[in-house]
Amino acid sequence: MLTKETLVVAAIKHGTVIDHIPAGKAMRITHILGLYCHQKQISIGINLPSNILGRKDLIKVEDRELSAEEVNQIAIVAPDATISIVRDFEITKKFKIVLPDVIESIVQCTNQQCITNHESIETVFFVEQQRKMPRLRCKYCNQLTDLPDIQKFRVFS
Amino acid sequence: MITETTFLSRDLITIDSLSKDDIIQILDVAAELKSNPQPNLLQGQILASCFFEPSTRTRLSFEAAMHRLGGSVIGFSEGDITSTKKGESLKDSMKMMEYYSDIIVIRHPLAGSAQCAADTVSIPVVNAGDGSNEHPTQTLLDLFTIRECYGSLDELSIAMVGDLKHGRTVHSLARACQHFNIRLFFVSPASLEMPKYVCDELREKGVKYSFHHTLEEVLPRVDILYMTRIQEERFPSRESYEQVKDAIALTPELLKQGKDQLKVLHPLPRLSEIPCSIDSTPHAHYFQQAENGLYVRQALLVLLLRRELC
Repeated sequence: MLTKETLVVAAIKHGTVIDHIPAGKAMRITHILGLYCHQKQISIGINLPSNILGRKDLIKVEDRELSAEEVNQIAIVAPDATISIVRDFEITKKFKIVLPDVIESIVQCTNQQCITNHESIETVFFVEQQRKMPRLRCKYCNQLTDLPDIQKFRVFS
Repeated sequence: MITETTFLSRDLITIDSLSKDDIIQILDVAAELKSNPQPNLLQGQILASCFFEPSTRTRLSFEAAMHRLGGSVIGFSEGDITSTKKGESLKDSMKMMEYYSDIIVIRHPLAGSAQCAADTVSIPVVNAGDGSNEHPTQTLLDLFTIRECYGSLDELSIAMVGDLKHGRTVHSLARACQHFNIRLFFVSPASLEMPKYVCDELREKGVKYSFHHTLEEVLPRVDILYMTRIQEERFPSRESYEQVKDAIALTPELLKQGKDQLKVLHPLPRLSEIPCSIDSTPHAHYFQQAENGLYVRQALLVLLLRRELC
């Protein structure tokens, strides 16, 4: 029987916990970070109750310590996510996601006439943060896109 | 003759990549080459002229510029005759051009294509127009022409007229105006207004601009009337093009409302927006503008390929 002390997603001994993911975004983050290639256990909780978000997703990655540089790429999907590094069941390091200056490969340009939508080219977006709402500028076609307008992410096989 | 250059081996992809000093240096070198031709400066060098889209002035002026500097030209004038028709990627095409030439000039229908080419090769790449994105060399020759007319680029008023939504020439020119305290007037049908993203950038750079729908609103106030063609090829259908194609047209009668020194520019080709009756007026300056493309493109080729200029 579940009690308030019961963890829905089991604790990990060593690895990384990505918490405070907006509900429904965990699978996208798994793709962005390439976690489907990871050989050890990955636990994913979807639509978990959260005091802060109401509902949240959660990812626990066994035996892999993700760096800040790696996880900051998910900032466009989970800007308020927190990262905890776990060793011997203890949290040894905790940090928040920071929107990077450059986002590579994971976002598809919304301009259908951009060369990146016609040829095999990795997308590169420069993050512009002069305004309240960060925007992405495509390195190639120069088009600016507000973060909420990003509809498509690249899927890696 | 100017001796120092910081352009060697750079690319020219967007007008934003040029500082005010860069622009001034290009214009100064162009003026020098216009008055003192240098037929041997680029002897032995090869320009790859890669035009995947139709062009008259831009392609021919680049090729003439190279020849008149003593260099040679290889390339093509439409994508259908290249291996692109067989499915070859742009990156692969550019890689081949890198082996055969010293500099690439590229026009392509897709935005970002020139940047893609620049990322792929180690020789200089010049953007001669990438889709509806940018046309930086047109902007440079526009600025050169305007400076020739008025002796300076500062504190002028310019009306940009016509298809401001699709017109890459006006996008690039508007951006360049940030360096020179130029007041802009945008005259267009409502459906063809200057895009929001361009206006946002102008606002952030402190460029003053306003929107208008008729020439009468702006003619008495401007020094330059920059006319543009309504671009049928950018419209989704013939019908949507027909609705706006004659929306704004200049006439000799309208010109009388302008200043005596007003100059009319156009990147060409022109259609009905400037009738032939304007050609003989002292305001018409679009053919001189086209001629200046030769000198500005010569200046670019020299600056990108040579460390010294004398």
